[in-house]
Amino acid sequence: MLYREAGQFKTDYASDQAIFPILQDRIGLAVILAVAILLPFANNDFLTNAVMIPFMIFTLAAIGLNLLTGYTGLLSLGTGAFMGVGAYACYKLTSIFPNVNILIWVLCSGFFAAAVGTVFGLPSLRIKGFYLAIATLAAQFFLEWCFIRVSWLYNYNISGAIEVPQRTLFGIIVTGPRATAETRYYIVLGFLVLMTWAASNVVHGRIGRSWMAVRDMDIAAELMGIRLLPTKLLAFAVSSFYCGVAGALMVFLWYGGAEPTVFNINQSFTILFMIIIGGLGSLLGAYLGAALIFILPIVLRFAPEVLGLHIHAATVEHITYITTGVLIIFFLIAEPAGLARLWQVGKQKLRVWPFPY
Amino acid sequence: MKARHLFVGLACAALLGAAALTGVAQAQDKIFVPLFTYRTGPFANSGIPIANGMHDYLTMLNERDGGIGGVKLDVEECETGYDTKKGVECWESIKDKHPTVVNPFSTGITLQLIPKAAVDKIPILSMAYGLSASAVGKDFPWVFNPPATYWDGMSMIIRYIAGKEGGFAKLKGKKIGFIYLDAGYGREPIPLLKDLAKDYGFDVKLYPVAGKEMQDQSSQWLSVRRDRPNWMIMWGWGAMNPTAVKRAAENGYPMDHFIGVWWSGSDDDARGGGTQAKGYLALNFSGLGSNYPAIQDIKKYVVDKGKSQVEKDKFADTFYNRGVFNTAMVAEAIRNAQKITGKKVVDGADVRKGLETLNMTAARWKELGFPDFGTAIHVTCDDHNGHSPAYMQQWDGKEWHRVSDWIEPMKDKVMPLLDAAAADYVKKNAGWPKRSEACAKLP
Repeated sequence: MLYREAGQFKTDYASDQAIFPILQDRIGLAVILAVAILLPFANNDFLTNAVMIPFMIFTLAAIGLNLLTGYTGLLSLGTGAFMGVGAYACYKLTSIFPNVNILIWVLCSGFFAAAVGTVFGLPSLRIKGFYLAIATLAAQFFLEWCFIRVSWLYNYNISGAIEVPQRTLFGIIVTGPRATAETRYYIVLGFLVLMTWAASNVVHGRIGRSWMAVRDMDIAAELMGIRLLPTKLLAFAVSSFYCGVAGALMVFLWYGGAEPTVFNINQSFTILFMIIIGGLGSLLGAYLGAALIFILPIVLRFAPEVLGLHIHAATVEHITYITTGVLIIFFLIAEPAGLARLWQVGKQKLRVWPFPY
Repeated sequence: MKARHLFVGLACAALLGAAALTGVAQAQDKIFVPLFTYRTGPFANSGIPIANGMHDYLTMLNERDGGIGGVKLDVEECETGYDTKKGVECWESIKDKHPTVVNPFSTGITLQLIPKAAVDKIPILSMAYGLSASAVGKDFPWVFNPPATYWDGMSMIIRYIAGKEGGFAKLKGKKIGFIYLDAGYGREPIPLLKDLAKDYGFDVKLYPVAGKEMQDQSSQWLSVRRDRPNWMIMWGWGAMNPTAVKRAAENGYPMDHFIGVWWSGSDDDARGGGTQAKGYLALNFSGLGSNYPAIQDIKKYVVDKGKSQVEKDKFADTFYNRGVFNTAMVAEAIRNAQKITGKKVVDGADVRKGLETLNMTAARWKELGFPDFGTAIHVTCDDHNGHSPAYMQQWDGKEWHRVSDWIEPMKDKVMPLLDAAAADYVKKNAGWPKRSEACAKLP
């Protein structure tokens, strides 16, 4: 009804090849962006601090992993560790060069993660699938060990944790406890929008196509002239870059400090689940997956209280676990290819509604 | 078909919206005490008794006295699962409800919240955990960690060992093993232990236990068997404690030479070792058993009336009483805050003053219905800890018994370390605010 493309004629190749060829999609995107920009005006610190900022950071990490696992078909369990590399790199950089703008260091820390990711991506030429997952698991354990044992990384703090110093941007405090939720929200939003846009361009271009060719059949890709090692390593590098930036944002703009346990194997699994449920090989999937895994439990946790039911906090926690688990199973049965695919199917149905064929 | 879906959706939305609206309109006529607890997750075995103790004591005050100073307490638990992420989430969800004080009950969560405390004007009471350096009141006006720091605890254990060996001179050449959770919490006492080793000439052997091998520990105890230390000291938490006690017993380590810090001395921790755990020692600063008037009141007003989640046989065990101890401090701080400000309904800024004037002598404990229950605590403007003594308890195979007098910490060794650590923290956290709060005084 509303969602119909009748009358929208494409008169050149550019508009025909656009990522969002349908007008309604573009309007929808604009509305979502407008809501995202206006959200802090709702003046709800809990929403910005505890829901949206973490959600956006998880989305960024999920996009990173999706580039590797979803688009290139390389399974990785080292996401948490690569995020940690970004966080610790950013911490070291800003403590050695405190006068350089922190946002530059957040971006630079991505390059450190990319370098580490590339090194641990080397085995990917020889091994695939579950075996590669085990190789990246080595990265996870080795890097976590470094975060705990190499005291240089956390400036020899007795607590073994890294703490975020206060940094400013044009006189506005952006990190540390004095930074307002709004400032941090807009910075994370900026990173997310720009990096999603960049990722979208990468996956729709030559590089993305070579990744997908490698994913679908690497021998065929090789015969077509795609060099496997550089392609796979590039996927590892770009993916780790995203994870590294997400890790740096996580510590500097969300947590405000971190212990090594933040970057443990559970973190890697969480991100992996996000992209599996959201949809492998889809940027939208990263958003939907992060929303389902991260936001849904929060909503469930506060639902009984909002509805006026008084249930013990621990019981709510158990119910949340159960409900989230059931919903994950439900969505995976309803559409094994993930929420992004579900959305696609829904869109297709809407296009032909009310006369399906 | 579609219309019905739409209708159901609208009805749900309306219901949620209406409920949200009523939730906002909440009058502030109660003192809000949030409790960060964890009854789920890998550390639940340590978290549940503490949560019960805290919840039940405050509920008892509500039932018996009608709250504090005639104002009811609004006690609300927020489940953290010992997870930093959820801890921060809990903080965000309670910070606008005028909370009086936050007890994070996790070193990781405490570290994240310390910088937020001054900004959101909510005091943090991290009872003998968290960041030791936060005991320095001039740098951390919003953080309190009475009754003792980990460094105090380590010095008490060394003092106890010296007593058993027949004086500090006899420590020379002895070998002391230290098994610890390989995280900030477990590593913190190491600098002091090494300092003391240098001063008294004993050897230190370190056995770190990574979080994921908490329930295994076989390699660590193999090393212990090889090194044969004269004494073993443990800084463990959650599932690490019962495993360590079990492994020590299996490896034939003399249990009366194995000493845990106060977080390694719950009933479940020692019970994990079975009958062989007999003789295991641990520090403690809160009372044992239910033989105190106030604990009896909890039984009468809360447990017997079915208002508690505690299992009957776990009532008033070591960590339950630790939770009671924690909230007894909170209640006293609220009382002080009411005295200082003259207000009935106090908020975080008021209770910060209350905590800064906390002075719980043996006589005061007795007045509160806890004769000989807790260690005396004296918090001042500069000293947010008190460096109170603790005692040693020993497991007889069934329950804990007190086996020592109050052991004083070595303040002369601890204080320089504390000041250095606080200065270091402030230096590394550029832009750390200078204390602007005036020292609180009781009228």
